[in-house]
Amino acid sequence: MKKSDTGNFARNNPVGRFISRNAMILSALIVMGIVLSLISSSFFSSANVLSVLRQASTNAILSMSMAMVLIIGCIDLSISSSLALSGALCVIMINNGVPIYLALAVTLVFGAFCGLLNGVMAAFTDIPPFIITLATQQCFRGAAYLLTDGRTIMCYDDTFTKIGAGSFLGIPVPVVIVLIVLVIAAIILSKSKFGRRMYAIGGNKSAAVYSGIKVKKVTVIVYVLTGTLASLAGIVLCSRTYSCQPTAGTGYECDAIAAAVLGGVSFNGGVGTAGGVMLGSLVIAFLNNGLNMLHVHAYWQTIAKGIVILIAVFFDTMKVEKMRGRKV
Amino acid sequence: MNEHKILEMKQISKSFSGVQVLNNVDLSLYPGEVRALAGENGAGKSTLMKILGGIYTKDTGEIYVDGKLQDISSVEVAKELGIAIIHQEIVLVQDMSIAENIFLGREHSAGYGLVNFRKTYEETQKLIDRLEIRGVTPQTMVKELSISQQQMVEIARALSTNARIIVMDEPTSSLTDSEVTKLFEQIRQLKKDGIAMIYISHKMDEIFEIADRITVMRDGCHIMTESIADTNYDQIIRSMVGHEITDYYPEFRAQPGDVILEVKNLTTDRVKDISFSIRKGEILGLSGLVGSGRTELAEALFGIDPIHSGEILLNGEKISALSPEEAIKAGIAMVPEDRKDKGLFLTNTINFNMTITVIDRLISKLICNKEKEKKMLDSYINQLHIKMANLEQSVIELSGGNQQKVVISKWLATEPSVLILDEPTRGIDVGAKSEIYHLMVKIAEMGVPIIMISSELPEIMNLSSKIAVMCERKLVKIFDLAEETPTQETIMHYATGGYRNEKK
Repeated sequence: MKKSDTGNFARNNPVGRFISRNAMILSALIVMGIVLSLISSSFFSSANVLSVLRQASTNAILSMSMAMVLIIGCIDLSISSSLALSGALCVIMINNGVPIYLALAVTLVFGAFCGLLNGVMAAFTDIPPFIITLATQQCFRGAAYLLTDGRTIMCYDDTFTKIGAGSFLGIPVPVVIVLIVLVIAAIILSKSKFGRRMYAIGGNKSAAVYSGIKVKKVTVIVYVLTGTLASLAGIVLCSRTYSCQPTAGTGYECDAIAAAVLGGVSFNGGVGTAGGVMLGSLVIAFLNNGLNMLHVHAYWQTIAKGIVILIAVFFDTMKVEKMRGRKV
Repeated sequence: MNEHKILEMKQISKSFSGVQVLNNVDLSLYPGEVRALAGENGAGKSTLMKILGGIYTKDTGEIYVDGKLQDISSVEVAKELGIAIIHQEIVLVQDMSIAENIFLGREHSAGYGLVNFRKTYEETQKLIDRLEIRGVTPQTMVKELSISQQQMVEIARALSTNARIIVMDEPTSSLTDSEVTKLFEQIRQLKKDGIAMIYISHKMDEIFEIADRITVMRDGCHIMTESIADTNYDQIIRSMVGHEITDYYPEFRAQPGDVILEVKNLTTDRVKDISFSIRKGEILGLSGLVGSGRTELAEALFGIDPIHSGEILLNGEKISALSPEEAIKAGIAMVPEDRKDKGLFLTNTINFNMTITVIDRLISKLICNKEKEKKMLDSYINQLHIKMANLEQSVIELSGGNQQKVVISKWLATEPSVLILDEPTRGIDVGAKSEIYHLMVKIAEMGVPIIMISSELPEIMNLSSKIAVMCERKLVKIFDLAEETPTQETIMHYATGGYRNEKK
């Protein structure tokens, strides 16, 4: 009976539950930490860790935004482009004298609008979300080129650059933003009625319809959240690089999917936690950083990342198989 | 039957991670025999068949085909030995033609890796003729076929491999009565050709109609094998369940109260001009052939289909359910036909499934009222006798009967005025069926009237206080069992449109 006792502990205690759910990825993180600190003494210096976290913030926010749509069984490939478009919009507004806070607010609303476009199409048409957002990815990217005239635009506004480069109580501002996003996402997913409805839709859409859940409404709202988070990631990225580029974020949607899936989000929907996603994006960040420290060529790094994702997903599918095979 | 045995399985045992699923099971077949294989879910029927089909390998035991000891180590070996298994779920590629499906994986070659289509079509045509599948050509796409025709294609595929032993796993679960009749004709034809068949089914009347002998399994053991002529319904049930079920159908005398639901001239895209009413304490059995509009009527009441004309009165008030959400608010609950597809969130927990319809009441301002939740869950688990390890278990791990109870409890939690159950006992074993029947009567007696859609006439006859019969999207007859007791034949007469001749 001892085994089931520890099982109960893991279920009833939030920390225990978090650890047992994310056992695989946590151990991966720990192993990576140990290996990297053995190889390089500077790895665990606070300077290195903070800089890794600062760099990881864009991906962390995007991963959370991707996780939201994945959990309802959809996908949003356009987040990388709406990141670039929102960032460009924000920088151009600031450079043209729009008050910074107004510019930020308008940018977030614009991101929400991008999400709304995707969401309305995903909810009210029969076009697969993959195709819808593949198309809007192209449109948003094109709009970003038009807006910037294809050039990098610099922005040295003090307040704006602080978002990316500043610190709050010794913690980089982007990391603070990520923590806030994490807390809000965790509350939505694990505590709110809305969150339960999201899991229901992703778990079984027709059962959700038959349970009286407004599937279309929830879908649209989730896409709006996703778009808003993408524009937030755009603001952070532009601020960190003092500029906006029409090519910014190209391919980031793949990193976001990778982090979400590594963190235990199911590609089929219905499964995933905010904490897991955060761990997933940490693994990717430290993997990049570690390979850099080992002086692994960037091309090889990309291959390594791909292999890690395959391995993680392989173990994940094994887990599902096991569950399906086991019946009372 | 003093011929040689075509198949002999001796002392077959199998365990999965320490759990014994088969314990020294014997099974032998003669050519031209139809053997019914019965037993509750989990009795080991499918495991035994999977061993025969080479999907699993046995731990111990011997299998003889035509008197020769064989080692069925893979699906290919089983096929070579002439063993074909037709699975319960149809496994055909919908976007391919009949011929392509039949020869999938063993296409006739025209050399250079190309497919010899002419030969493929010729062979398929022969099979179509042999099985007398009407209205199709080898080139017909599978997605254009009815379910029974698809079932026939599965049988054709089995025959094309020169199978001499065919296993059919609940082949009639998605067939209408007339389609079942056609299937049985084919089975009798195959018998004449000396093909042995193992027929897995939960439906007793079918077993008595088609099988020569019956084997009953329970808890991984062989319990009995008997010639159909020498056994009876009670003996089979007793062997399956392990004890006598004294009150399989509960005693039910409806005490009709006020009218709860009244439907007047309801018309949607899929049902025409439906009128009926149901009173407190009643169970209305909704009978009819598959496709007669029963489910469609339920879906109209539940707000899934838009209503063109007519009205629905619930407790005397007109409701216009435009969506399931509004129907639930008004007090209509519906347990859909396909439990796995429409009723459950399979990979989520029991807790999640049972509370999803009432989270508005349990969660306020992000705080879940755990006490209220626990009280509610406990009360349903006790009332419904749901067997489970704990509330955080995934529903996918539960048996069909317990899954159905979870779906029912999720709807009882909404405290409905009327409960619609669409095929509530489909795919559930005998013991659990009886439990669901008792539960339904209890719910009706508590004051929640039930509309039960069922294809199983015994269910309709034994539980309903009123029987409504549908045919071609219309409600053609309502029997009040307090006044008259129709026979199964009378009900079928109306369900098949026989009433029309009457009018003339």
